[in-house]
Amino acid sequence: MTAGTANWSFTQDDFTAITESLRRFLGETKSLCALLVDRSGQLVTTVGEAPGLDTTSFASLTAADYSANDQLAKLVGETDFSSLFHQGEKESLYVADIARRLLLVIIFDSRTTVGLVRLRMKDEVEELTQLIDRVFSRDRNSDAPPKKLLQGADDEIDKLFNW
Amino acid sequence: MSMINYASREINCKIVYYGPGLGGKTTNLEHVYGKVKPETRGKLISLATETERTLFFDFLPVDLGTIRGFKTRFHLYTVPGQVYYNASRKLILKNVDGIVFVGDSQAERMEANLESMQNLYDNMAEYGYDLTQMPFVIQYNKRDLPNAAPIEDLQAALNPGWEVEDAAKQRVQPDPYHAGQNLVEQLSGGEWVERAPYFEAIAVQGDGVFDTLKAVSKLVLKALA
Repeated sequence: MTAGTANWSFTQDDFTAITESLRRFLGETKSLCALLVDRSGQLVTTVGEAPGLDTTSFASLTAADYSANDQLAKLVGETDFSSLFHQGEKESLYVADIARRLLLVIIFDSRTTVGLVRLRMKDEVEELTQLIDRVFSRDRNSDAPPKKLLQGADDEIDKLFNW
Repeated sequence: MSMINYASREINCKIVYYGPGLGGKTTNLEHVYGKVKPETRGKLISLATETERTLFFDFLPVDLGTIRGFKTRFHLYTVPGQVYYNASRKLILKNVDGIVFVGDSQAERMEANLESMQNLYDNMAEYGYDLTQMPFVIQYNKRDLPNAAPIEDLQAALNPGWEVEDAAKQRVQPDPYHAGQNLVEQLSGGEWVERAPYFEAIAVQGDGVFDTLKAVSKLVLKALA
């Protein structure tokens, strides 16, 4: 049994590679916005236009929505539903799993079609899976930076809560 | 699962408030929401029934300050306390970094407290998490009610301590929140035990709410140190 849940981190280079990939996807599919969310509901990054969108709440609800659907899949005998589609009058959402770690959410409107988004999504998921696998395989290395980030910071942590 | 984002310089952590139905988990979040500066918190999202019972979860993101140039963002979640919502409750525990167990001090809720604590251990174990090895604090809520059980009784039932097997950890660790008490100590029988830090609270008035949040957040950050 592990003590707790594993931590992970990503660098500026990871961020740039992910952002470029998502930007290309948005251009090719004429979608509005892409959000990358981790399965615990934390926003990794957002690309494209999302005016007025509360991305923090959006990320948390996406993760909950996906997890609930994951359980529904199991109840009907499926391992998972690899993607979800929510259709709105003007804007719609397409959600896909990335390496069982992250969720990619695409927001699009009538300037494109769900068919095109779905078609291009397969390649995008593969590309992001490779990028994310790289992040996680690096974090498994014992020299990974996250373990050192707050090393020796006990006093600073104490001060942070001095309110 | 703490996520460190070097690009936006943020440390993101997830804290879950667990406990029996009507124990005050949502009230804890509502108090935090009402008291922290609007610029340091997001919206309070509640997925609740028409009668304001939590159906899936409540969610509140708060920034607790900056450390080494990184913003510390805590995502606070509650679970539905009612027994039959276990499937939803378990989902919320996924990738959790710290747990607050909100117990109901009323003597007649002892059974419900015990059932919920057992359920917490079981759900955590199903994910492969060991509650005794991660940031975990207990809050005894509703201390103002006339039928509140004595703290000693609540501690004996809900926080009796787990055995410390690692010899390196077998040394007295005083409870920083209660003078004269210890978090790690040797019992008269010779075995070493560790208990979770506990707090008394009256969440509707805000008493003990921030003490609890501070303690668990500090433990979460220290787990990264």
